[in-house]
Amino acid sequence: MAIPKICGIETEYGIQIRGGDSNPILASSLLISSYVAATSKKSDAQGINWDFCDEQPAIDARGFSYEDSFAPEIESHLVNAVLTNGARYYVDHAHPEISTPECRTALEVLAFDCSAEEIVRRSMKLAQPFLGPQAEMVLYKNNSDGKGNSYGCHENFLVSRDVPFGRLVAQITPHFVTRQIFAGAGKVGCEIPGVSEREVPYQISQRADFFEEEVGLETTLRRPIVNTRDEPHCDPQKYRRLHVIVGDANMSQTATLLKVGTTSLILAMIEDEVLPVDLSLAHAVPAIRQVSYDLTLRQTLLLRDGRRMSALDIQWALLEMANKYSISHGLECMGGDDDGGQILQLWETVLSGLSGEPESVAHLVDWVAKKRLIDGYSQRHDLQPGDSRLKAIDLQYHDMREEKCLALRVGLDQIVSDEQRQRGVMEPPDSTRAFFRGKCLERWPDQVISANWDSMVFDVDKGPLRRVPMMEPMRGSKELVGHLFDSETSLADFLEQLGV
Amino acid sequence: MAEQVRKNKQTSDRSEVTAEVAATTAAQSAQTKSDLDDLLDEIDDVLESNAEDFVKSYVQKGGE
Repeated sequence: MAIPKICGIETEYGIQIRGGDSNPILASSLLISSYVAATSKKSDAQGINWDFCDEQPAIDARGFSYEDSFAPEIESHLVNAVLTNGARYYVDHAHPEISTPECRTALEVLAFDCSAEEIVRRSMKLAQPFLGPQAEMVLYKNNSDGKGNSYGCHENFLVSRDVPFGRLVAQITPHFVTRQIFAGAGKVGCEIPGVSEREVPYQISQRADFFEEEVGLETTLRRPIVNTRDEPHCDPQKYRRLHVIVGDANMSQTATLLKVGTTSLILAMIEDEVLPVDLSLAHAVPAIRQVSYDLTLRQTLLLRDGRRMSALDIQWALLEMANKYSISHGLECMGGDDDGGQILQLWETVLSGLSGEPESVAHLVDWVAKKRLIDGYSQRHDLQPGDSRLKAIDLQYHDMREEKCLALRVGLDQIVSDEQRQRGVMEPPDSTRAFFRGKCLERWPDQVISANWDSMVFDVDKGPLRRVPMMEPMRGSKELVGHLFDSETSLADFLEQLGV
Repeated sequence: MAEQVRKNKQTSDRSEVTAEVAATTAAQSAQTKSDLDDLLDEIDDVLESNAEDFVKSYVQKGGE
């Protein structure tokens, strides 16, 4: 049976200091340092440092390593903190990035993605006093500056090591090419050199312009649809972490839930070898752009077996298989029938809407919501493609300032309650090892020396440092270790009880 | 029992569901049209005043 689809989302935000010096690395550092200093429970108000010991981004899932040729860029000495909700908050290249804690379900990871937005909003306010009086720090949850520079929103999924990687690539690619019809965040214009705004005035995805390979290790150049980074952050004998770089950052909660949920389901079906129809595309890279540019959703793609199917046809075929799978295998891998069933129903609702009148899902799908705004504004003011006001609307759709954010005004459905969003700022999920990480940070902030995804290092009574390995993502949950935090035990006794 | 109902619903004919969605969305569309008008009325207050500078000055480094 498929293993639990533990998942997480890492989002790089666009950052700018308006009316001031806009060095993005300094701005990102200021943003995160301000937040860490204001929320740290350590007596020196510093953050808990990230431990880089298990970072190996140059190992390729296809079985080789680029250690010599791949630029080492992991330990940068930039701000890199672990939060009490189990998340990582850091400067990555020239962007602030938040990785949610590991979650058991798509719904849970959605809640933590919303909490991450809240952390970013609080950070912007906390950093503001350090700027000049005319300057304002602004963050955007999008994936491109409209000038050919892209930054990512990556998803991560726990996958059994038993699945041959080649089969995984072949079977997940059709989903990655076509899921943008409900998960695309929408973009005004096109960033392929030589393609004009008249040719592509609007497209479904923020990211489709930037993919040049079907499979590969890179994330910053020649981006591949399937990324092969083999860095499981858990027991490498048993697990893979599929690092998905092809998605857009979503403002719609429904889109985030579906993006993660449908991908989890299809990965489970790949693990259980129940994807009976081969949907392999003849040319996946041109196809991802074709789907992004086709606002009618009617164009067809050539499959390797010679058939032609539209992106909608492929999504309907995947949904039909997923419905059958839910009956034959159950949805325990998705956290149970309720969680999995919610994904299946939403998926069907969205595909039905897109098949009929796409505007009917403007409350669920980002690219539809944004297009409605762009079309309405263009008509009212008689604007031509390429007008700066349309690009400004696109950018402001993703604005993290509540008073400027257009996504907050277009009537998107809310799934996560405000109470959940606020709780996830400080509290970890109950369901995974993130609970252990977060609770240790809250309880013994001065004795945690460093932490990362799969271990923590403690300083116990001035003795030798103690590393606690966390190689199983499901262990360390509230159910398994919650009682240890309830008692008044010392850290030494706590580690003793864990058998470390 | 509830479980069985859910599974039946999942496997129901696609066209039925599409019809169902179409019926509810038709009712919604009049509402959303007026919502859009309200939003477009509001948008000029929210939109950055100098759109050209605003868009031009937003330059990022590639990430990931």
